[in-house]
Amino acid sequence: MKPPAKFKYISADRRVREDRSFVAGAGNYVADIKKDGMLHVALAASPHAAARIVKIDGSKALALPGVHYVLGGDELAAAVDPMMNGLATPHVHRYSLAVGRTRYMGEWVAAVAADTRAIAEDAAELIEVEYEPLPHVINAEEALMPGSPPVHEKHGSNVLLDKTFVWGDVAGDFAKSARELSFRVVWGRNSTVPIETFGVLASWDPWRETLDIHASIQMPKYADQIARAMRLPGHAVRVHHDVDVGGSYGVKRGIKHTVLCAYLSRKLGRPVRLIEDRLENMRSGDAHGPDRIFDVSVAFSDEGLVKSMKMRALDNAGAYAGRAPFQLGKPIGAIVGPYKINSVEYRAISVTTNKAAQEAVRGFGQAPTNYAIEAAIDKVAAALGLDPVETRRRNFIRADEFPYLIPSGTRYDSGDYHAVVDKVLAHAGYDKWIVERDSLRAAGMLAGIGVAACLEPSGGNSSFEPLLNESNTTTTWMESCRVSIDALGAVTGSIHTTSSGQGHETLAATVIGEALDIDPGKIRIARPDSLAGMPGNSPVGSRMAIMLGGAAYQAALKLKAKLTAIAAHNFSCDPAAVTYAAGSASHGGRTLSWADLVSIGHRNYHLLPPGMEPGLEASHVMQVPSGGELPKDGRVQMYPCHSFEFHLVLCVIDPEIGKPELRRYVIGHDCGTIINPHIVKGMTLGGIAHGIGAALMEEFVYDESGQMMSQTFMDYLLPSAHEIPHVEIVHHCTPSPLTVFGQKGSGESGYLGAPAAVSGAVNDALRPLGISFSKLPIRVSALGDAIADARGKANLKESRP
Amino acid sequence: MNITLRVNGAARAIDTEPRVTLLDALRDNLGLTGTHAGCEHGVCGACTVLIDGEPARACLMFAVQADGYEITTIEGMAPAPGELSVIQDAFCETHAMQCGYCTPGMVLTARALLQRNPSPGRDEIVSAISGNICRCTGYGQIIEAIALAARRLARSNTPGVTP
Repeated sequence: MKPPAKFKYISADRRVREDRSFVAGAGNYVADIKKDGMLHVALAASPHAAARIVKIDGSKALALPGVHYVLGGDELAAAVDPMMNGLATPHVHRYSLAVGRTRYMGEWVAAVAADTRAIAEDAAELIEVEYEPLPHVINAEEALMPGSPPVHEKHGSNVLLDKTFVWGDVAGDFAKSARELSFRVVWGRNSTVPIETFGVLASWDPWRETLDIHASIQMPKYADQIARAMRLPGHAVRVHHDVDVGGSYGVKRGIKHTVLCAYLSRKLGRPVRLIEDRLENMRSGDAHGPDRIFDVSVAFSDEGLVKSMKMRALDNAGAYAGRAPFQLGKPIGAIVGPYKINSVEYRAISVTTNKAAQEAVRGFGQAPTNYAIEAAIDKVAAALGLDPVETRRRNFIRADEFPYLIPSGTRYDSGDYHAVVDKVLAHAGYDKWIVERDSLRAAGMLAGIGVAACLEPSGGNSSFEPLLNESNTTTTWMESCRVSIDALGAVTGSIHTTSSGQGHETLAATVIGEALDIDPGKIRIARPDSLAGMPGNSPVGSRMAIMLGGAAYQAALKLKAKLTAIAAHNFSCDPAAVTYAAGSASHGGRTLSWADLVSIGHRNYHLLPPGMEPGLEASHVMQVPSGGELPKDGRVQMYPCHSFEFHLVLCVIDPEIGKPELRRYVIGHDCGTIINPHIVKGMTLGGIAHGIGAALMEEFVYDESGQMMSQTFMDYLLPSAHEIPHVEIVHHCTPSPLTVFGQKGSGESGYLGAPAAVSGAVNDALRPLGISFSKLPIRVSALGDAIADARGKANLKESRP
Repeated sequence: MNITLRVNGAARAIDTEPRVTLLDALRDNLGLTGTHAGCEHGVCGACTVLIDGEPARACLMFAVQADGYEITTIEGMAPAPGELSVIQDAFCETHAMQCGYCTPGMVLTARALLQRNPSPGRDEIVSAISGNICRCTGYGQIIEAIALAARRLARSNTPGVTP
């Protein structure tokens, strides 16, 4: 593999420009934005998992001074179109408020608009709703059974998706293999739970017929979706992208909140704002992540080489469809992980239940799938008495085999998995870890080592859409940038999305600076609103380093070419003979400075090459590298670039307490060329913390009656600084051949492998007791009970004669 | 009720209902939007302010209870507009944030820690910020920032520099 190219600003230790305003408390979050006459929304929510709405009486609420309106679902549904479904499920209608019946506990039934948030909340409590409870279903396997209460009666069953793919000779590979094993693992329903809840401010201007939206949003095609639901032309919706988003990691999709506020604003002629409180966010925000049961079989040789895999993934989508079922589709692009598995059968099933609706979560289904794949490799290792690291090494795709075509149709771009693992083992001192683990065990502690190797597919093309829904013909997921030089010589780049902490302004400035050979610190990044903007798809699928980075670079190169052409014309030479450096152009002893070039571009038409447009600006709309094809025979190139990560965790559990301590945590990370080291480091560490939460703490729990048991941070536990160990990062760089600098994505890193690694470490620690956990999260309470139980049984056996 | 809050060194008179939290009063009555609402039940720490120099949850305190105390919000941290304090600068140096939402609470918590303990070890930093939840960073770069700020303050030749 070629060594990384040398850059001036790319990969340099430079500050992240966004940070200055944040440390001063000067962020511009949606709750900080106010408009004159603004009304506030509060909501009445269903206490039932499923119920018919007999009657909504808002009269007492309306009588409260300061209350302007009480809105129910029937009125709303008559005035707006249903929100978009990803799959072709025409009878699964979803609106901002329940229409006719409620489908989960917490579903919004009525909305109040009032002068203040406090009045709105007082009024919401005065809304009287008469319900007639209906049968409900919470468990995905029960929902799958014929005769289970359908969440959407007209849809006919609870099955949103049931699709089986067979890639390669699965039956033959199983028949030929010496061994096979089967198991079940369960990924509990968790989410990213940003500290800022979702919020939106909608202002309808009846005179200009424009809907202005400020929102805490991270949603592809957001403006389009709002326009469709509101039955407006696309250019009637202006989404402001200069809103700082207080964390998202996938979930801030807020269409239902936005349509609700937009309708109320149009109805009442006032700006209307809804900021979720934490309760709304947890129970009603429709922001839960995958909730998945995996049944896996693998066929393997006596040497531990995995030849084939059958995976059945049953996902509990909750009460509505949305984009959630697509989270079963993205993992198809890395369905064999970093391994040379010859054939795969994959059955993806998504069912509706009476839980809150699911939304995109960091990795879009990849982290749960990685957990299942890694559990398989651990079980193969255990079955053969092999070291789990060695088992992975034996199965890895080798560096000389890239680009590598996996059975499901994706060609991995590049990687050197063995090199990353070697670096991690050397850095960690793996042999010493094994000695430490065994000596801890000898001293009466429970100790285990967890391992996970996985990929981060990045640069998303959204190819899972046509793969799972044949009526969808999406083959592009473009991103854009415009770069201009003003008449005073200052450079401005544009980005066309909100950001939720990814540092896009730093990214774009760094890339433009590299292309134009000028200090990125002198480049401003602007965020035009959606009406002044260019095509884009928001920061999803670990795509912005590749796609915004690529678009900004190409736009800047076009501008550089224009400057060079201006110089060549004035030097009467070929553009190829011009030397461009640090903003000035020279040839044959003559130099035009940056100021000269800017002056010609803006003021001296007579000095421009014939036919050249005056002014200095260029833009680029970038297509996904390797994208552009529709699926064929159930195969498609899912994502272009594939980052690699290798986790090694040493976990120690005091058997008397049952609390797992992650004593050492090392990750080897290869995301190709890093554009800003601080940003990649933060993403990786943050992703690991999020993954530790998913492995040990975080879960949205429902009881059998459909009541949600973890609605607050007292029940849904988030990792604090106490729970997150010091993490050591070992870097490796295998550039992608598909991107301008060799960069790959890193926004989901850490989270994609940490749950598997931590769960593996806990199960290794429990091995001497003969117990293991096959469901995440492994909460301290369950762990302590299981250890006490296992030790009690062991003591009982010992005490018997 | 008419109350007077002393915020960032200035007396601010406001008229508020008794049920209004200090968080809402700071944001809505005084326009100090750097203090953020996260959970509004005292767990996440996004609304942290300093009350007589000690970190407190502005969501768990009524504005009327804060009458008579010295309140410091994030807007009181920077020595001058556009100029960062040592702690704020250290947060920028290590990129101790991503989305920035928990950051004001983290910065104020760090200030209280460093005023109490000028050279905290890793465990002391972890304990100090364990009441502030960050979903972006995994805390690593925040811990680095606070340690860096402590080193810089210790090396500073200017006595009385604000952390």
